[in-house]
Amino acid sequence: MNDIPGDLKFLKSHEWARLEDNGNVTVGISEHAQSQLGDLVYVELPAVGDHIDAGNGAAVVESVKAASDVYSPVSGTVVSVNEALSDTPEIINGDAWGEGWIFVIKPSQPAELDELLSPDDYAELLENEAH
Amino acid sequence: MTQQTVLNSTHRALGARMVDFGGWDMPINYGSQIDEHHQVRRDAGMFDVSHMTVVDLRGARVREFLRYLLANNIDKLKTSGKALYSCMLNEQGGVIDDLIVYFINENFFRLVVNASTRDKDLDWIARHASGFGVTLQERRDFAMIAVQGPNARQRVAGLLSEQGNAAALKLGKFVGAEIDGMFIARTGYTGEDGFEIMVPETDAIAFWQRLLAAGVKPAGLGARDTLRLEAGMNLYGQDMDESVLPLEAGLAWTLVLDRDGDFLGRTALQQAAAAGVTRSMVGLVMDDKGVLRHGQKVLSDAGDGEILSGSFSPTLGKSIAFARVPAAATQFRVDIRGREVPVRAVKFPFVRDGQPCAGI
Repeated sequence: MNDIPGDLKFLKSHEWARLEDNGNVTVGISEHAQSQLGDLVYVELPAVGDHIDAGNGAAVVESVKAASDVYSPVSGTVVSVNEALSDTPEIINGDAWGEGWIFVIKPSQPAELDELLSPDDYAELLENEAH
Repeated sequence: MTQQTVLNSTHRALGARMVDFGGWDMPINYGSQIDEHHQVRRDAGMFDVSHMTVVDLRGARVREFLRYLLANNIDKLKTSGKALYSCMLNEQGGVIDDLIVYFINENFFRLVVNASTRDKDLDWIARHASGFGVTLQERRDFAMIAVQGPNARQRVAGLLSEQGNAAALKLGKFVGAEIDGMFIARTGYTGEDGFEIMVPETDAIAFWQRLLAAGVKPAGLGARDTLRLEAGMNLYGQDMDESVLPLEAGLAWTLVLDRDGDFLGRTALQQAAAAGVTRSMVGLVMDDKGVLRHGQKVLSDAGDGEILSGSFSPTLGKSIAFARVPAAATQFRVDIRGREVPVRAVKFPFVRDGQPCAGI
């Protein structure tokens, strides 16, 4: 489960961010986060056009067990959301790194990406959490 | 220090996600909690419930004692093996715990109480038992496995001796018996048919493995919670506690107020019943997307209330809950992160024998 893709950056709260070629940032939650939450039954998505500051709640993922905020790794404007999650939130359980992306943000301060955890840092965080 | 049941390493070997559950290290799920839920509704699943507390009560006056201790009427139990669900109340009528009592013989009744309330329950029972000459024996030598689902009884019976097989399949609902060195009762906490089985700890792992081999899949406490909520069953600590009367927790059906002899909490209950209670417990269904959760505020036409047990219902594909609300309330909305979502009050159970109930 710790096959963490090398092109992602992370928040300590288990969100991932991927810088796309067009400068936008795709956001999701990690494989570890989905496995901790268990079966997802509802995702509250942001609206396209919302402005969100880095570290603020942008979405909510709810499993049978718990609701969890999804924080935005960077500041900016939401340019698209994964509508498929409205009807099939379990996509995140099946493919947290890929099809389970949650929203795309157009960053207003791209330098914020440099402050995020690298895949190695994130792997170490998970390692420490396990002990 | 968290406690472990004898099946702890068995759960881990099956890949269970373990969590602290009232001081016990227990499996919350083994994979998909929703799959485990459906497994129980459609076929057969099993739960390790060895954390629950089994207490044997013995003495010549044990029936008389239980008449005083319990809010339900122990005299409903007339034949050996028959079980009764009851609240145990304090003098103010608040719920100390809910429990199952089995009538074994006139000198011997068996109680199953919650794990989270073990210490205070045993103190309370012991304090009142001494005056009746009744002795308590906690049965930590038992593990307990609940096998539940439409095919549960057949699967269990197939593992028993010829004589045991016949005896187990003959058990009526809410009746238990000593069979093949185990205590097998046709009870449960899922709204499905099945057995709850007390098995000597030394035999528990082998019995669990035989159930697995017979096609009974393990289910965690996560599925147990959604199953019991769909079945309209209360959870102690969440739906009622010592500050709540059974009348305010949808448990009036468990009370027998008009009987001879005193019982603990009776005076307070009679006063409350005469005055009329101001709060009641309702079942709620939310047709919008989202999940009702414990602690969310309920807004009504008669004042505010709160969600008690709330969850996603895998059988219904939407969220259901119990809520404590003003008794006069008829229209409800729930505050979910600042959004007021309409919900419908419905009769519970929400699901019975695998099917949604009418009006849900």
